[in-house]
Order: sequence, then C-alpha cells, then structure tokens
Amino acid sequence: MKLKAMLIAGALSFVPMTAMAADLTIGFSQIGSESGWRAAETTVTKQEAEKRGIDLKFADAQQKQENQIKAIRSFIAQGVDAILLAPVVATGWDDVLEEAKDAEIPVVLLDRTVDAPEDLYMTAVTSDLVHEGSVAGQWLVDETAGEKCDIVELQGTTGSSPAIDRKKGFEQAISGHDNLNIVRSQTGDFTRSQGKVVMESFLKAVGGDNICALYAHNDDMAVGAIQAIKEAGLKPGEDIKIVSIDSVPDIHLAMANGEANATIELTPNMAGPALDALEAYLADGTTPPKWIQTESKLYTLKDDNMAIYEMKKDLGY
Amino acid sequence: MTAHVHNTFRRITPQLIILAAVLLLNFMVFPDFFRIEFQNGRLFGNLIDVLNRGAPTALLCIGMTLVIATRGIDLSVGAVMAIAGAVAASLAVDGHGWQVALTGALAVGALCGMWNGVLVAVLRIQPIVATLVLMVAGRGIAQLVTEGTILTFLDPGLIHLGAGTILGIPTPILIWIALGLAVTAAVRKTALGMLIEAIGINESSSRLAGINSRVLIISVYLISGVCAALAGVIVAADIKGADANNAGLWLELDAILAVVIGGNSLLGGRFSIVASLLGALIIQSVNSVILLSGMPPEFNLIIKALIIIAILVIQSPTVKHALYILRASAEPQPSEPIKEAKESPQ
Repeated sequence: MKLKAMLIAGALSFVPMTAMAADLTIGFSQIGSESGWRAAETTVTKQEAEKRGIDLKFADAQQKQENQIKAIRSFIAQGVDAILLAPVVATGWDDVLEEAKDAEIPVVLLDRTVDAPEDLYMTAVTSDLVHEGSVAGQWLVDETAGEKCDIVELQGTTGSSPAIDRKKGFEQAISGHDNLNIVRSQTGDFTRSQGKVVMESFLKAVGGDNICALYAHNDDMAVGAIQAIKEAGLKPGEDIKIVSIDSVPDIHLAMANGEANATIELTPNMAGPALDALEAYLADGTTPPKWIQTESKLYTLKDDNMAIYEMKKDLGY
Repeated sequence: MTAHVHNTFRRITPQLIILAAVLLLNFMVFPDFFRIEFQNGRLFGNLIDVLNRGAPTALLCIGMTLVIATRGIDLSVGAVMAIAGAVAASLAVDGHGWQVALTGALAVGALCGMWNGVLVAVLRIQPIVATLVLMVAGRGIAQLVTEGTILTFLDPGLIHLGAGTILGIPTPILIWIALGLAVTAAVRKTALGMLIEAIGINESSSRLAGINSRVLIISVYLISGVCAALAGVIVAADIKGADANNAGLWLELDAILAVVIGGNSLLGGRFSIVASLLGALIIQSVNSVILLSGMPPEFNLIIKALIIIAILVIQSPTVKHALYILRASAEPQPSEPIKEAKESPQ
C-alpha cells in the first residue's frame, strides 16, 4: 500500500501545482527503488522538502539513465529553481548538465558523483565510504582495548566501490593494532542469505570459539550472520561482537535485543544538507563547497535502539 | 528389479565419482570437513551444510530436469522463487498460519508454471523466450508484493521450513530428498517418464502416437513452478524474510548446470532426476570448497569455473568416446560397450 501511495504521489507531483504557489520548486530525479535504503532516501527527501515548504517534483527513473535525462529536461522546461539528481551511472551526463547550466538552474548530486566537469554541477552530497569503514574499525579498536581479537569479515559484492572502500577504511583503522587480525574475509554479496551462508562456513572453518568479532560491509549480511551464529549455539553480540554499516531498522532491532553491537549510519538524509546549500545559494548566492560529506554516525548499544527502530521502520527501508 | 537398480547405478556412476572427487577436494582444503557433531539439538557439520545449502538448487533441478527432458528450459525459476517467498512472507505478516502461507506460495508457483506451460505448449513460443518473460517480470512482481522492502516475519512454523530441524536434520534436506523421491517414483513407476522422454525426442511423432503432449508439457512447467515456489519459501524462511531483490538471483543457471552435470541432454529425451540432484550437490560442494579454502573472494568465480569446466570436459562425448576407444583397444570385450552406448545417448 505504501508503495502504491508513493507511486500515486509521484505521479501527482508531475501535475503542475501552480495553485500551491510554493516559494521554491525543486525537481528530484531519483534512480528508482533499487534498495530499501533508496526508498528511505526518497521518503526523507520528500519530508525535508515539505518541512521547508518546498514544492518537490519527484521523478522515478526506474534504474534507467535515459529516464533521468528526460526528467531533467522536463524540469528545465518547467523552469524549476533547482534540480536534485541521484545519478544511476557516472558517465554520460555532460550534455544534459550543460543544458541545466545554460538555463541557470543549479544541480546538486545526491549520494553518488558523476564523471563530468565540476563546473557543471553546484555540489555533491555523498557519504565517505572509506570513512565509514574506518569508523567501524575504530569502534572495534576501542572496544577490544588491546585484547587479542580475531575478526571475520563479510565483504560486499566483489569489485563494488562500497566493498572496496569499506574494506580499505576498516583495514586502515585497525592497522598498527597487532591484537586485531582479520582471519577470514569472503563476500556475502550484500545479501542476508549469503551473509548467513558465509558465516556458517566461517564458524566451521575457524571455529566459533576462535572468532571474536564480525565486521560486515552492510547490515543485511550481519542480520543473516546473526542467525547463523545463533544456530551454531553461540550468542551473537556477546560471544562474537558484531559491527556493520548502513543503520537499517532491522540491525537496530537486533541491537535492542543485544544481538549486534554497533552500526555506522549511511544516512538517507542526503537531501537535508543539499536543500540547506540550495536555499543559502538562492537567497544570497553563497556557493557551497564542491563536496558536502554527510555524517557517518556511530550507533552502539548505548543508544535507544528500540526507539531508532520504531522511527526508521516507516521510512521505507 | 535388481537389473533396474544396477542400471540406475550405472547411470549415476560418473556423477558419484565427480561428487566424491569434489568432496575429497573439500577434505584437502579443510581436514575437518567430514566431521559431523550433534550440537544445539541439530546435526552440525560441513557435510550437513552442503546438503542444506544445496536444497534450493536441488529443488529447482527436479522440475528443471523434467522441463529439459521435453526439450524445454525454464529460465523463470529464480524469479518464481522470489514471488513465492514474497507471497509466503506477506501471508505470514498478515497473520495467517504457515500452512496458509505455504499453500498460497505453492499455488502462486503453480500459476506461474502454468503460465509458462501455456506459452510454450499452446501458443508455441520457444521455451527460452517464453520463460524469459517471467524471469524479467517476476522480480518486479515480487517487489510489488513486498513493497520494495525485505519483508520479515516471525511465524515459527514458516521459519521451521527453512531454518528448523526434524530429529536433528535440517528441514530443507528432508524436503528436497522427499520431493526428489516422490517425483522420481511418479515418473518411473508409471509410464509418465517415458511419455515425457518421447516428447523430448520427437514431439510430432509422440503426438501421432497418441500422447497428449500439450497437457504433459503444461504439467512439467507447472511442476517446475511448484518446485521453485518451495525453494523460494525455504530461502525466505531461512532468513526469516523475503528479499525480492536477491532471492533466487541467478539460481536458474545453477539449476540448469546441475541438470547438465547430471548428464542430461539439453536437447531433451532421456533424463535422470537422481543424477541431476547429484549435480546440485556437486555444485554446492564446489561452493563449499571456495568458502572453506579461505581464498580472497576475487577468485570465487574463477575457481568455480575451472572446476565446472573440468567436470564438463570429462563428461563430453568426445572425451567419453576417446576413453571408450582406449578401453576397447586395451581389452577386446565387444558385448559390454555396445550396451552402454545404447543406454546413454548423450
């Protein structure tokens, strides 16, 4: 039902709503609903726009670049004040960004960047994947406080940039701490079921008692691994410490139950900083930096995870 | 009867040898591979994992073997898994019991299979194209059912199907073995298997001989859909949630590979479900080697490809023929080899 409501809302937002006479009209070209996080980003963007009294025109590209280019051209034709773009791929944007520039409409990139000259867009709001990994690593460094700890790692899809960068950041953070060692590292393809399958093999290959901590490149794999640990008769969160990245609702539920220890948020609120920058720019011409890094917030058992779960579960994750 | 058992054994000998070899490879990279313990109320060990994790592919290849025997192919099974998992999860979330959720999922699977069957048997669309439709559209349907999220459920009965145990044995193992035996019995204790083979060898002449090929073709796709639905429910139950994006992704290819490793011809005709099931176990054992070896994940697909190529080369008709010539020139025994050639036309 939620999805249907979203689709209808999306369709409605194409209807010219001049009667609303909002101060600002901003077009948002979203990739589509490829993941739960993406859906949450859409929800939060709409909330942020509503909070600021901005008329947001939303276009779902269904994972296709040509749809995004079409949407941007239609935004330009409608004369919007600014455009938010979450690009599905990195290349092929030069022409349409040029058109937006000629029409003097600032473009802000959300979540991903593009391979285009920097002067074609105003700024990019993204998270720093390497930093996320290093926050996770630093948490484990502090948590173990010098005690020996053998780590198993569940990597993301082999070759994907989150997998490469989150691995790099984590390794940077734990390097120089001889008590911390990654003893096994294998891909779980960012999915729950592969996370579970690979954790099962870790538990047998290394021995559950010899694993001190699990680092998963995303929460979904950690949620799968938690089930594998439970089925092996161990207590996740106690026997094996678990740190992962993304901060999806289900990991907060697991943390509330003491089955996971820490998660680093990949915030779905990319629109907040983007809209702030846009409002400042449109009001008095303040040019933001070319890259706005979102906060990679660390959540641990000290936070009220049940409350965070309740808050997040309706965002569409 | 003993001759029949003997023939079956002869048919699956290559698969048994390959499976033994891959299991040995597992043992070499991980010496504790064959150790099985009873822990936490369940059998616990790598061999159990192979049987358990092989369940989805094993279930898919039961239906796939029958489809391929009619000279068809079913590319939609992975997507049907996602749909079935989504349907089961959403029924469970709505408060229905696991029986309702399972029945609902199987019914949807049957419907999907029937759709494929009608496209192939009635509209005469080539199977690879006909099932491609659902392969592409199915994942979208599943996402509509789950509303784009991972739909989690807590119904213990449904979870039991994927993550539970009966007498210490993980339920999925029992399910695929039971279904494999049931379908094998159904096609081999009756003339059904022979009729399916007849369609695969020559559909026109089988129809002229009075076989209702249309109904039979629809039936095999229907069975394939039901098998896929069962696999989908197990996969969803295993992680207590329906992941429409990833459930069964690319698993149709593993299922087809299992059938091929099982020595069944993609051109239809004679088939062996038992051999396909062994094929599924071989694939899962290969996956197990990769996981246990501790190699960096960049090598996963290369290792898998190398092992699979080796298996297929050993089974290729040219190599088989060369081996046969070698054997024949070494010890002249004319009567035996002729009989063997008749039994395995591929």
